[in-house]
Amino acid sequence: MAYFSSILELIGNTPLLDVSSLSPNSQVRILAKLEGQNPGGSVKDRIALAMIEDAEKTGRLSSGDTILEPSSGNTGIGLAMISKAKGYTLKIVMPENVSTERRACLESWGAEIIQSPGSEGSNGAVRHAQKLAEERPEYVFLYQYANPANPRAHFEGTGPEIFRDCPEVTHFVAGLGTSGTLIGVGSFLKSKNPQVEIWAIEPPSGEMVDGLRSLDDGYIPPIFVENNGEDLLDRRTIVSPRESIEWVRKLASVGVFAGISSGAVMAGAAKCARAIDQGVIVVVFADGGWKYLSTGAWSDDIDQVVDRAKSMIYF
Amino acid sequence: MSVEVRLPTVLRVHAGGNSSVSLDVENLRELFEKLTELYPAMAGQVVTDEGSFHRFVNVYVNDDDVRYLEKLDTKVRDGDVVTILPAVAGG
Repeated sequence: MAYFSSILELIGNTPLLDVSSLSPNSQVRILAKLEGQNPGGSVKDRIALAMIEDAEKTGRLSSGDTILEPSSGNTGIGLAMISKAKGYTLKIVMPENVSTERRACLESWGAEIIQSPGSEGSNGAVRHAQKLAEERPEYVFLYQYANPANPRAHFEGTGPEIFRDCPEVTHFVAGLGTSGTLIGVGSFLKSKNPQVEIWAIEPPSGEMVDGLRSLDDGYIPPIFVENNGEDLLDRRTIVSPRESIEWVRKLASVGVFAGISSGAVMAGAAKCARAIDQGVIVVVFADGGWKYLSTGAWSDDIDQVVDRAKSMIYF
Repeated sequence: MSVEVRLPTVLRVHAGGNSSVSLDVENLRELFEKLTELYPAMAGQVVTDEGSFHRFVNVYVNDDDVRYLEKLDTKVRDGDVVTILPAVAGG
């Protein structure tokens, strides 16, 4: 009998799926790493585990402690699953306008949700969590945007898995959130082959939820700055909500039920495929479609779905 | 001959409430000079006095971030769309 003794052992080692039938260039293969196969349902299980284990190792975190983190969803969900398995209390600061499924997932794993105003977006959640961390120093503040364990999880896990399964990779395309995936995987792949190009895909936040009163409220994750993200990336491109939804539907048409940011990343991969003569593009699909059913992304009129994206955080 | 410049909500107040502006220019340096001539309150908002981009602003020509192209020397052509977006977090 073969079995695993902890849910945590199921994190990582996700499959690479050939989705070249959707490639706009017959000389370019596109392979998608399906991070939705992680037990918490997203790529963020990897960094959640890495940050918690790192805090345990350094003595910052021990049994009975309370963890605090800002998250628009997936990091919170990963932390909630692991906190339950390891016996920690978890508080997540989350904007109020995320999909209902994200909140429901967090509650199912027993996390406490502290809501931040929707109009302030993800930047607002970060600010609120920082303030709370100062007021309550007994909380263990993992802070994914600045925690070196975040990119390290991808440098030691996701990157080597991709190179093991597809050493012929020429382009790596992934979404830019905390920048952990791009920094970790990008640095690893370039260390193996400096010719590999790293493309960042940025889904623009809804214009109602960019969370800014002035440009000085802007936010760049410290891990992006500290790891010279600007030098590592070869290209950074935005994908509109409409393109993201269109591509999420194309993916469903070949049987792949992926989250909305995966649609954005696939749109970016298609752009990349059109721009090059030949190559092998590896993309990261951060999660599956389950948490976005309530957005109507697959079922409703596309104009309505795109309009709703102006005031919702889909990514 | 014109380039469409799309402004984020946070900058519209400096541009008479407009969400987009059409300009006849050949590169981004010229584009931001003309934008400031048209709307003096835009001075220093996107391009700093030192001549580089504001830290928390990203500028895209047809969806591509110009920091990875030719920065302020990036050429623009008739029909191009220049998008200005503030830097925000995800995750």
